[in-house]
Amino acid sequence: MIEIQGLTKSFGHTHALRGVDLQVAEGEFLTIVGPNGAGKTTFLRILATLLKPTRGFVRINGLNLAPADVEVRRQIGFVSHQPLVYGNLTVAENLRFYGRIYDVPELEQRVETLLSLVGLDGRAHSLARTLSRGMQQRLSVARSIIHEPSIMLLDEPYTGLDQQASRMLRGLLQTVSTHSHTVVMTTHNLEHALKPADRLVILCRGHIVFQAEASTLGLAELREAYWQHTEGDRSLGPS
Amino acid sequence: MHFLNKVLAIVWKDVVAELRTKELFSSMFVFALLMIVIFSFSFDLRVERVAEVAPGVLWVTFAFAGTLELNRSLATEVEGARLDGLLLAPMERSTIYFGKMLGNLVFILAIEALMLPIFSAVFDLNLLQPGLLLTVVLGTIGFAAVGTLLSTMAVNTRAREVLLPVLLFPIILPVVLSAVKITAGMLDGQAWIDMAPWLRLLIGFDIIFATVCYMTFDYVVQG
Amino acid sequence: MKAGSRWVDLLSGLSVAMIIAALYLVFLYAPREATMGDVQRIFYFHVSSAWVGFFAFFVTLLAGIGYLRTGERRWDVLGFSSAEIGVTFTAMAVMSGSMWAKPTWNSWWPWRQEPRLVLVTILLLIYLAYFMLRTFVEEAEQRARFAAVYGIVAFASVPLTFMSIRWWQRLHPVVFDRQGAGLTRPMLLTFLFCLLSFTVLYTTLLLHRTRLANLADEVNELAQRLHSGWGGRT
Repeated sequence: MIEIQGLTKSFGHTHALRGVDLQVAEGEFLTIVGPNGAGKTTFLRILATLLKPTRGFVRINGLNLAPADVEVRRQIGFVSHQPLVYGNLTVAENLRFYGRIYDVPELEQRVETLLSLVGLDGRAHSLARTLSRGMQQRLSVARSIIHEPSIMLLDEPYTGLDQQASRMLRGLLQTVSTHSHTVVMTTHNLEHALKPADRLVILCRGHIVFQAEASTLGLAELREAYWQHTEGDRSLGPS
Repeated sequence: MHFLNKVLAIVWKDVVAELRTKELFSSMFVFALLMIVIFSFSFDLRVERVAEVAPGVLWVTFAFAGTLELNRSLATEVEGARLDGLLLAPMERSTIYFGKMLGNLVFILAIEALMLPIFSAVFDLNLLQPGLLLTVVLGTIGFAAVGTLLSTMAVNTRAREVLLPVLLFPIILPVVLSAVKITAGMLDGQAWIDMAPWLRLLIGFDIIFATVCYMTFDYVVQG
Repeated sequence: MKAGSRWVDLLSGLSVAMIIAALYLVFLYAPREATMGDVQRIFYFHVSSAWVGFFAFFVTLLAGIGYLRTGERRWDVLGFSSAEIGVTFTAMAVMSGSMWAKPTWNSWWPWRQEPRLVLVTILLLIYLAYFMLRTFVEEAEQRARFAAVYGIVAFASVPLTFMSIRWWQRLHPVVFDRQGAGLTRPMLLTFLFCLLSFTVLYTTLLLHRTRLANLADEVNELAQRLHSGWGGRT
């Protein structure tokens, strides 16, 4: 589970996050929506240990973020709109590399399993840069779960994907989220937000402005709540 | 040994990727060749004893070709934010530093290994003596140690490739001076014992800066 | 704030007084040097400037360490303020060194004979690199971090660079080897007083500069708040 208290992040004079309090229970699927500049990416990057908070604390599975960073990373899988794969390595080589830096045991077998899970076994020996965007994103998902993390962090994973690729990714993430326990996803797109989520949070200007159980909301109600709580930012609406 | 395994994984990744395209290697090679040609024309007309300028030419060439390599090596990590991939892994940041540094070292040494026989032929000197080879290795270690850290910074700025030489060259001056002195000494046939202080300086530099750079690397990559 | 600026005013006054006194000492009190004549008087300012140049960079090094450990903006302010003053004095040292070199060795740039001049020039290059780095990093926090790291690494190279330049020339003791060798008592006095007054001047300038930077920060923060419509508290 994830415990966050008073999380604040400032970049010089820009305050990206202003005291966020949040708890994510084990096995929960939390979606965070919000306009551009709300702080969603910053928030997720802090959870992924890519950024250090200015103030406040974060505890992941009982481990405090700053001192136990290395251990925390073992339990986290991160997917963003950047696939984080090396273009000049093959699909299999990419996975093998990540497997090695994540200390994955029985690597070859794991790579095979993952390739068939994401539907890339036919392209195992293709260079990553020859893959389409959708396929690269699938490789990215494989990369992110190679070490069987218990927490998945997804930062706007649907960016740049067409309808078909989006559908494929959604299916993949459904499967993945049943293996991993906890998922935190950020997105612009309110449609994508509602489906798989247990709980929804709206982040605006570094604050949480709205929270609800997903089962209590329909898409229309979500849109309404969104417009209402991001009042000053109508120009920066969702897609 | 987890640490070593990861360091080697990073080196392996860089080597495999490079072997696929050979972009970096070929551009470094062509660049170094061009430098020899230009230098041999610039100096040929004015200097009779080629051995006087050879050490300087050698090390200037290595320094510039090395800068080329450093820029490219870190650029591939920064493009597509792939550095994130490394930062997400369960390892200390210093592991990334050593992995990249070792990779840089391998590439630069490879080019130097290729250039030394060519230099020897063009300048009609024997540059393949063991003492000289040792100097090349030690000098390149110092260069790669500082260069890996600074290129990580430079590549994150607007000025990118232009900034790296500006940051790097004043700092690696001791390496260049030592290396040139020892090279010149070897070509002059001086006793190995005379070169000892320079060698100590080189080794001292390597140790001090590998330490300082690996300790500060964390702050450069983590925001 | 009031008490603080009282100190700054006091120091400013003291700096002015000391510099005037130093000028008197250098031009009127110190005896004419036997071999080089009046030109030698530049030496007092040259060495004092070089001293400030190195000391200022050392302060930048300490500020860098401070910033990395605490992440507090004031350390970064100290770092670049000290560097600004340091680069000015270093440039002065290079120029005065050159002016002294010409009559002494008949060369504007006697790098073979005077390794310390080379070292001061390298220091100038390092300073310029430091500022170039700061200029090209867009984000303030990253800029402070990078500058801190560079300050540390660059300063660490200075002793080794000095050694290598010195050995390069296969040096024998030059005219002014250590302060004291070849200097009579009044000269020594003048020299030490110059060093002291330049140090006081440096400190004064540093206080002014950091104060200016902090005020600029405050203004920026207010402007940001005004612009984003937040006002009041953050």
